[in-house]
Amino acid sequence: MSQMTIHLKIWRQAGPDVKGAFENHTLDTVNEHMSFLEMLDVLNEELVVAGKEPFEFDYDCREGICGSCNLVINGRAHGPKRLTAACQLHMRNFKDGDSIVIEPARAAAFPVIKDLVVDRSAFDRIIAAGGYITVRTGSAPEANSIPVELEDSTFSFDYAACIGCGACVAACPNSSASLFTAAKLSHLNRLPQGEPEREKRVIAMVEQMEKEGFGDCSNFGECEAVCPKGISIASIAEMRRNYVKATIAG
Amino acid sequence: MKLDAKIPSGPLEEKWSKHLNDVKLVSPNNKRKMHVIVVGTGLAGASASASLAELGYKVSTFCIQDSGRRAHSIAAQGGINAAKNYQNDGDSVYRLFYDTIKGGDYRSREANVYRLAHLSNNIIDQAVSQGVPFAREYGGYLANRSFGGAQVSRTFYARGQTGQQLLMGAYQSMMKMVNEGKINYYTRHEMMDVVVIDGVARGIITRDLVTGELTRHSADAVILATGGYGNVFYLSTNAKNSNVTATWRAHKRGAAFANPSFVQVHPTCIPVSGDYQSKLTLMSESLRNDGRVWVPRKAGDDRPPNQIPEEERYYYLEERYPSFGNLVPRDVASRNAKQVTDEGLGVGETGLAVYLDFRDAIARDGKDVISAKYGNLFDMYENISGENPYEVPMRIYPAVHYTMGGLWVDYNLMTTVPGLFALGEANFSDHGANRLGASALMQGLADGYFVIPFTIGDYLADAGVSTIDTSHEAFASVEKEVQERIDKILNVKGDRTVIDFHRTLGRIVWDNIGITRNEKDLKKAITEIQALREEFWQNVKVPGKATNYNKYLEFAHRVADFFELAELMAYDALDRGESCGCHLREEFQTPEGEAIRNDKDYAYVSAWEFKDLNGKLETELHKETLEFEFVEMKQRSYK
Repeated sequence: MSQMTIHLKIWRQAGPDVKGAFENHTLDTVNEHMSFLEMLDVLNEELVVAGKEPFEFDYDCREGICGSCNLVINGRAHGPKRLTAACQLHMRNFKDGDSIVIEPARAAAFPVIKDLVVDRSAFDRIIAAGGYITVRTGSAPEANSIPVELEDSTFSFDYAACIGCGACVAACPNSSASLFTAAKLSHLNRLPQGEPEREKRVIAMVEQMEKEGFGDCSNFGECEAVCPKGISIASIAEMRRNYVKATIAG
Repeated sequence: MKLDAKIPSGPLEEKWSKHLNDVKLVSPNNKRKMHVIVVGTGLAGASASASLAELGYKVSTFCIQDSGRRAHSIAAQGGINAAKNYQNDGDSVYRLFYDTIKGGDYRSREANVYRLAHLSNNIIDQAVSQGVPFAREYGGYLANRSFGGAQVSRTFYARGQTGQQLLMGAYQSMMKMVNEGKINYYTRHEMMDVVVIDGVARGIITRDLVTGELTRHSADAVILATGGYGNVFYLSTNAKNSNVTATWRAHKRGAAFANPSFVQVHPTCIPVSGDYQSKLTLMSESLRNDGRVWVPRKAGDDRPPNQIPEEERYYYLEERYPSFGNLVPRDVASRNAKQVTDEGLGVGETGLAVYLDFRDAIARDGKDVISAKYGNLFDMYENISGENPYEVPMRIYPAVHYTMGGLWVDYNLMTTVPGLFALGEANFSDHGANRLGASALMQGLADGYFVIPFTIGDYLADAGVSTIDTSHEAFASVEKEVQERIDKILNVKGDRTVIDFHRTLGRIVWDNIGITRNEKDLKKAITEIQALREEFWQNVKVPGKATNYNKYLEFAHRVADFFELAELMAYDALDRGESCGCHLREEFQTPEGEAIRNDKDYAYVSAWEFKDLNGKLETELHKETLEFEFVEMKQRSYK
């Protein structure tokens, strides 16, 4: 197995209120089968052994589904491979001698906790504001008493696939959370179960998003381009239409 | 310690409804005064949090990730079983019950498993109403598929993301209650210990993973929904942060740990490629429907697979199991893969892999047909391995992915510590010695939505509103112990990293308490684990400090607990002088390698009581005898 040398420029920041800076490291034991995060594990092990502090970054499932990892790699959220979360990116997508810049997913609403770890709790609050269907445990009717047209079900699923990683926010020049918010609205609003709370939901979620300090959407489309799940920007147009309708009707 | 499973009397199918009529209720006025702690936000924890908050209890929910939505339930692919019989193929609650108890090789409780099957239908109703986008037919009604060799189609699924979609349903219901102020929601918080006062669980100590701050939380009851312990093997399909710490610390405070050696190994995972490997990825075992498993006949044959002629290929499953061939059950497939690689016949750079070859299937059915069936799996394989499985055989190897063992609980899901409950994979209750596919999601949600909301009331009604708060001296003393342990681990300042220790431990556990076990190796493992644990506390090197975000410190604590659990797993495997489900003792098998179960001596749940840890783990075995009143115990046969 051939070894690669990789030059890394990684963001180092001790805490939320401290100024950060890039740090340079070179790894000469990288091989093509490593995942990107495993490459960082190897660097961190070297740092620990040398008595230095490792770089902190978020991860959990390492299968591209939990949404924990959210590195910005060479200026692109989740790195160069389309439809691939950073944890599913493998080093064979790079070549010997490459330089790689790794930054946190920066946004005013995502303050840095340490190094590459950011606080995405704003996403939780957007869901809490209205990203649900109210149904008390035990009060649900027989599942097949609610038929859903296959087209609606498929449409809804395409948006339910969002993993909440925040790449859309990191990629957006305005740091907007529109794609995240709109995806949840498109998932729930298209289903008959979601119909009763449709207007209330769009108002609550959009207003929470604004309150969190995310920017507005100016149709750059960067969010769709970096989304590891391929969520379509069409949902944003629908969200805006429904928000206007709901506020006027209200 | 006395084990009382508290199984209600009466006919099997009436036990739960009878129990519901018998459990005590808590008045709405008292519910408002009662505080319930839920640790973990996977399917069990999120569903329990939402349901208990809806009932009016004050709930505090904790997770170690940055959001409740990250819990590892999210990674479940396949589906969730329910006895809806929508396919009109003869399914029933009884059949789901029977398949589950048989699949568990008669090492689970009849009453619990029947309740699980009974509640399965309610879960589907609840999830659909929450907007979980299950697969549907053209007419708009729900679709099913068959799974894990069941003779009926009872599995509901949401593409390959069933866990994600069910978790989002539960998480969203939970977040609604957070928004209403009914749940105090703590993310990036780890439970470091349980506070037990006069034998009753009264609260927990948590560590804020961002600031390192320790906090005391008192409660009327504590629920652990913290998942399984597969990461004791270092490499598994579990998420990197999955750990045993919450359940292990509870064990050390008095909660019996049941069947710790029952671990399920999945046969079709992508193999390890090197020491840097951090986790393993599972691929659907449906691949074995068309792929042929083989290794070279000659050890050390390093020719590329396509250059190895037919007569020099060893299709070991087809040769050894002529009737089942490549479709033998999971445990048999895993066991045989280990055997051939142990004999030096393994392939790939590490020698720890076997081929899964689609050459013949592609020649027979055409590439398009194979691609339509398995395209997404082939893509995933190629992304990870860099090889095109349409042209080169896949390399696969078994990996740990689920732990049937866990905290012992009674029918009410309460541990041996009053006021301390365990839900989902964290408990041992429903899967016996082997879990069937599409049953983990079912159990997590049944426990959280439909069991604990009733059974916790029975406990709380008797206990009354707690008058103990965090000013009780026990909170200070447990917090102090936690702080001392943190300081101790940071102050070792040795030479070996946490990951290095964990990797070495995982190798010992995998080699000796893995796919097959025997007395000699188990005893050797115990000595090795003790020695390595000793070295860990002398020589571990943990960077950074305790007062900020420090993932290596988090891992150090979890690995320290894995060391203790590993020893208990070995004792458990040693005690069980039979082969059942996933537990194969080499001394107890037929000459053909089939498991020999011993119902006369081992039809019990092993519940281990922690005594002391002083160089070695001191532990006492208690046995809960399993009574089979309604089904007849039969030997599983694969011939």
